[in-house]
Amino acid sequence: MNDPQFRRAQLRKAATGIDGLDAIMEGGLPAGRPTLLCGAAGCGKTLFGVTFLAEGSLRFGEPGVLISFEERPQDISENVASLGYDLPRLVVEKKLFIDQVQIERGENEESGSFDLEGLFVRLGYAIDAVGAKRVVLDTIENLFAGLSDAAIVRSELRRLFTWLKERDVTAIITGERGEGQLTRHGLEEYVSDCVVLLDNRVQNQITTRLLRVVKYRGSTHGTNEYPFLIDEKGISVLPITSAHLRHHTSSETVPTGILGLDDMLGAGGYHKGSSVLISGASGSGKTIFASHFAATTCARGERCLYFAFEESPGQIVRNVRSVGIDLQKHLDSGLLRFEAARPTLYGFEMHLARMNRDLDEFKPTTTIIDPISAFRGVEAEVHSVLLRMVDILKTKGITAVMTRLTSEQEHVAGGDQGIPSLIDTWVSLGALEADGERNRGLYVLKSRGMSHSNQIREYQITKNGIELLDVYRSLQGVLVGSARRQAQAAEQRKASGAMNGKRVTNRKLASGARQRIKDQGKSR
Amino acid sequence: MTDERTFQASNNLETEISAEVGENDKYVLRLFVSGQSPRSILAIENMRKICAEYLSERYTLEVIDIYQHPEACQQEQIVAAPTLIKVLPRPLRRIIGDLSNTEKVLVGLSLRPRATTPDKTGD
Repeated sequence: MNDPQFRRAQLRKAATGIDGLDAIMEGGLPAGRPTLLCGAAGCGKTLFGVTFLAEGSLRFGEPGVLISFEERPQDISENVASLGYDLPRLVVEKKLFIDQVQIERGENEESGSFDLEGLFVRLGYAIDAVGAKRVVLDTIENLFAGLSDAAIVRSELRRLFTWLKERDVTAIITGERGEGQLTRHGLEEYVSDCVVLLDNRVQNQITTRLLRVVKYRGSTHGTNEYPFLIDEKGISVLPITSAHLRHHTSSETVPTGILGLDDMLGAGGYHKGSSVLISGASGSGKTIFASHFAATTCARGERCLYFAFEESPGQIVRNVRSVGIDLQKHLDSGLLRFEAARPTLYGFEMHLARMNRDLDEFKPTTTIIDPISAFRGVEAEVHSVLLRMVDILKTKGITAVMTRLTSEQEHVAGGDQGIPSLIDTWVSLGALEADGERNRGLYVLKSRGMSHSNQIREYQITKNGIELLDVYRSLQGVLVGSARRQAQAAEQRKASGAMNGKRVTNRKLASGARQRIKDQGKSR
Repeated sequence: MTDERTFQASNNLETEISAEVGENDKYVLRLFVSGQSPRSILAIENMRKICAEYLSERYTLEVIDIYQHPEACQQEQIVAAPTLIKVLPRPLRRIIGDLSNTEKVLVGLSLRPRATTPDKTGD
């Protein structure tokens, strides 16, 4: 039993209640030990601490003590009230004890030697008052500012951390980031069991919050820097690093919402849980394709989460209403939700983090990302984010339709960002220009696991949405626009003439404009 | 310094004329100690000596054991032990330590003017 190896395997963990963080730390903070949480001002140290305490008492039945050396308890309570934490109530219910330690150098005269027994007594009193299992000391380094005898403070802190261990409380000690060391006063020297570092990094005027577990004695942990998010929903840490390929593969399909397209895909729709790319130039109707998919998802009674990165939700709803798609009723029923954000609002990591959280929260079966081309930046970075995004979606089994704006020239070539290899089904929308006309055509560039059509199909944006038109072929290629209409008319004449049942569609037409399109499906 | 004097004057009419503590001011002192530790005993001894020598009869000294009254630590913002609090005359002052440096205690009790040279504690 005394074998250290054995005990190490049994290291108890105290879940923080911040899901991503618990995943990184493989269960949570080391229970019964102090953890040092360091970062520069404004990194969210206090919020981490308060979340740890509030979640502890609310979800894990572990009362907590908050000793604040800086902020007033009222201020802290007000700050976290918007996150749904009612600290005053927790205090009344004896699930939380808050004590503010005010210590200002100007107030104290120091005469002779002293110790910090007063602090110990206060802490002990607070722990006993609520039967605390968790303690947050925020920011204990203020003691150095309040007391001139740093040597005493140091030795007392060393004693305090030992004492906390003896009391078997899980503690978070916050520390201000220092130059050349983790904390300004080298607290990492004393709190050596677990150290978590928070960082705020600004790149291209965009701030990304990052978290790293610097050390965790007796436990394995994720070692990377993980982006985290502080917003109206609190803290979310996103352990999105490994793009593993363990997702469940389904052979079920989900309808695209466009009849003709379902037929083209062979299997009758997109594969469930697959990632679909709809690329096209501006005005090709990408958002309408996506909206069809959203509407058909909701019509089945399933949820769809629509990430809008360029247009506002109101704009999208209005625009697609004009083509006969009513998204408003799905919004009203709660099956459809929009998450709109400017791509430049956050860093890539942050977007990914938010999307991951939103997906977890809303639990949709399908999602739309409109458009992914809104993410611009260093190619490797964008690719990495998109790769993980696709990976997240697949892991969750969510069928995703992403739109991508392409310029006319690159709409076949695939372009940058290396997306094609990530995508299961790629529908390319293009303009077919000939004979002084510009018609819309689409083809399925690829669709994994489906015997998809290799035809180029003309489609129209009508007041009933996207309509794929019947294929009219000539020997020179597919007929579109007026050439197709002529062929149609000819067919009708034939039919009404009741001459014979020969197929007009495959017959070469003697007159009329022809559209020749190379069979691009073969050249992929 | 000026602010402190104004504050003092408005709060204590008796010392209106002089900001210095008057001869007849009553001292209310509270000494917080941690049980029977050597440091506690030393602090109590030092305090008794200073009171006898400098305050003669015009003081009340209350010694409080923080182990017996842990709640008082929160109320009185006690962090260090021992801590001496000068409740009266105003302003409230704290002196921490075993009170072995008599000069510092006297400064804290406003019985000595604060040294004009920058003190060592102010680095």
